[in-house]
Amino acid sequence: MAVAIRLESCAKTFDDGTRALEPMTLEIAAGETIALLGPSGCGKTTTLRIVAGLESPDEGGRVRFDDEDVTPLPIEKRGVGMVFQSYALFPNMNVSENIGYGLRVRGMESAKREQRVKEMLALVDLGALAARKVDQLSGGQRQRVALARALATRPRVLLLDEPLTALDAKLREQLRVEIDRLLRELQITAVYVTHDQSEAMSLGDRIVVMEKGRIAQIGSPQDIYYRPSSAFVADFIGTMNRLRGKREGADLVVANGRIPLGGLMTHAILFRPADVRLVAKEEAHVSGKVLSSFFLGDHTRLVIDAGAGEPLIVETIERRTWPRGETVHLHLDATALMAQHEEGP
Amino acid sequence: MDVASRDRTRALALALPALAVFLAFWLLPMVRLAHVGATGEEGLAAYTAVITHPSYFRSLVSTVTLSALTTVATLILSLVAGLFLQRNHFTGRDLLVSLLTLPLAFPGVVVGFLVILFAGRQGLIGDVTAWLTGETLVFAYGMAGLFTGYLYFSIPRVILTLMASIEKLDPALEEAARSLGASPWQVTRDVILPALRPALLSSGAICFATSMGAFGTAFTLATQINVLPLTIYNEFTNYANFSMAAALSIVLGLITWAVLALARTAAGAGVAAAA
Amino acid sequence: MSARRRTARFWLQAALTLLVCAFLVVPVILSILAGLTENFFVGLGSGLTLRWVGEVWTLYRATLGYSIGIALACLAVTLVIGVPAAYSLARVQNRFTRVFEELLVLPVAVPGLATALALILLFGQWREFRASAAFILVGHVLFTLPFMVRSVLAVMVAMDLKTMEEAAASLGASFTQRFFNVVLPNSVPGILAGALMVVTLSLGEFNLTWMLHTPLTKTLPVGLADSYASMRLEIGSAYTLIFFVIIIPLLVAMQWAARRAQTRRT
Repeated sequence: MAVAIRLESCAKTFDDGTRALEPMTLEIAAGETIALLGPSGCGKTTTLRIVAGLESPDEGGRVRFDDEDVTPLPIEKRGVGMVFQSYALFPNMNVSENIGYGLRVRGMESAKREQRVKEMLALVDLGALAARKVDQLSGGQRQRVALARALATRPRVLLLDEPLTALDAKLREQLRVEIDRLLRELQITAVYVTHDQSEAMSLGDRIVVMEKGRIAQIGSPQDIYYRPSSAFVADFIGTMNRLRGKREGADLVVANGRIPLGGLMTHAILFRPADVRLVAKEEAHVSGKVLSSFFLGDHTRLVIDAGAGEPLIVETIERRTWPRGETVHLHLDATALMAQHEEGP
Repeated sequence: MDVASRDRTRALALALPALAVFLAFWLLPMVRLAHVGATGEEGLAAYTAVITHPSYFRSLVSTVTLSALTTVATLILSLVAGLFLQRNHFTGRDLLVSLLTLPLAFPGVVVGFLVILFAGRQGLIGDVTAWLTGETLVFAYGMAGLFTGYLYFSIPRVILTLMASIEKLDPALEEAARSLGASPWQVTRDVILPALRPALLSSGAICFATSMGAFGTAFTLATQINVLPLTIYNEFTNYANFSMAAALSIVLGLITWAVLALARTAAGAGVAAAA
Repeated sequence: MSARRRTARFWLQAALTLLVCAFLVVPVILSILAGLTENFFVGLGSGLTLRWVGEVWTLYRATLGYSIGIALACLAVTLVIGVPAAYSLARVQNRFTRVFEELLVLPVAVPGLATALALILLFGQWREFRASAAFILVGHVLFTLPFMVRSVLAVMVAMDLKTMEEAAASLGASFTQRFFNVVLPNSVPGILAGALMVVTLSLGEFNLTWMLHTPLTKTLPVGLADSYASMRLEIGSAYTLIFFVIIIPLLVAMQWAARRAQTRRT
């Protein structure tokens, strides 16, 4: 049965003095999938391992599953299922034995165990490979065995540590869909660590963006994407365009144009490529020259020099080509503009 | 307790039995040995006896000379043979390499015996030379015999290590040198030898240390030449001069340990010696 | 170098290699023949016989059993204390474990003679221990332990022990369960290679054993030294032949096991 997870003031300092996590409080609802997202070193894996019971939080930190304080319990006694980045399948056991190991350790009799293992194999669609040796499996197959193994014991929480990082792009997408389906079907509480934002956004009900041991922002994927609360989050998620200029009345005056700010009080604005339209000269806010264009199938990505330092990224579905050097005119949606609060790169 | 430290304590506890055995049966006895060495007739001076007493000094010199000669000869022979075997594939090569490494398990006594069979009074060399020249050549019982024996147990050890390193050499480096016009000798001198330097140093050091500490071979050959291990044995068994034997053993042990420690830092990897 | 240039240089190298091989192999063959020849002085012309082998068997049979017994006991002890020690070294990497690894090698770095003397000086007074097989066993264990530890450690290090244990723990396995279900089975190649090495080294150990032995605790190499000193050449050779028959298959098995342990590390 899915449980709610609660971390209270959990900090972590390692033996060598590294401060991996500042005191963090986090509430995860039962059945929710939370994605911990951030660059390496941000503390997301440490957080996961504290939930798992592989690390203990510093003095004063507590971990609760529903009402139960599980802080003193080691991982063996927490009833969690964990999928590791390297899968950590046992080479001395075949696929069925790997999946059934958690059940065997709990003393489940072999007939029942076999039954459950079969169920799990069906769940991840690996029925034909039951007796296969682990070193004969492909990366995607190993991933699914790792999942099945973690789920076989019907854990109350599923923890995934960058499970798809080791796979190639196509496989990653395929498995992402499968994991998503599984998580929804099983309605299990899941914590998913990743540094890939598209993974986080497609799998997470909520995303926790972390930076340097702290939570930078928690929210739904849309919240994070459209309303980043800081420059770090804005930069980390998707691509962000930046324009700096001088404020004159209600507009921002930049090198090649004038942009209505729609009420924002700032010298620098941030906006997404999708919020820029290519228009005729008369409607333009700012113009620039095409530096390069990338045809990506369903849209074209243009890199534009607007005479304001960093090039701008613009996406369009217009079916034409843009030669290098062509002048284009851009219209910015005023409601989609964000103010850049901190100066800096 | 913190999960991580609990795991660590438990893991460390598993090393305790081995540690206990080591402390009780090696460290403690060694401390006693050092003590005995320092409390004999001459006291602490026993430790410098290897230099101050002429007979012990002679023994040290013979041992060092023998070990040094063995090391040089072994390195050269093993390098040439190792390079040839590693780079030329012919039928039976693997069998030959396996045969070469058989002597690894032979104790020194067996090697001594083989030297006697080979070059002793009734030995093969004696028969051949008698047939060829009428005079029986016997060299098993002198420095030459010792040298032959030491060479015999050193070559297999060194050749294996060298061949493993030769396998790891990047052929691209040699090809580059050749494309620049280097002759085979220049390629060997300028590319291969420098690349093999760590392996040569470390296996050379093992060879030297093993030869310094070898006992069985000299014991069987019962030569006039008293290498240090034999001297120690005689002091202990025949003269019951325990403190001198103890002091000399400690000095010998320090020398071999120091040489091996140097080898480890030169090669950067774990090495072991046995004889 | 793939180009086969049959230059003078090539032939010179080939000749030298052949000489080295002959140098190593011929004495062994000589010894085997000597043990089977009626009269070594006369040579092969005197005929082949098993009589020397028979005599050796009557005279020295006990040493064979004794050596094998010691070797197996040595194996048992090194397994029981060495495998857990390897686990410690694989799981914990701090200065204590580094020092420990260095310490373990000392009985091998220092001449066996010194270790034997030290043992005699400390334990010599204790009659029962001094005259027992256990005394010899202690020497053998000290000498072979680092080889077992190193062999098992290499395999453990290569298999990312920590993550595998965490995975087993996440499934609810206690420490004992993890150790026996996951850690040990996957260390078998290293344990096997180490075991063969321990047995081979123990059977051939002389330097330590010669100092420690009593007339009642004689191993095969000690018997060999006896026979070389006091018996005729043919008996010494026949005895050596028996030694070869035991040790060479073990060596071959050891090389095979070591290769296997290496390839499994993927």
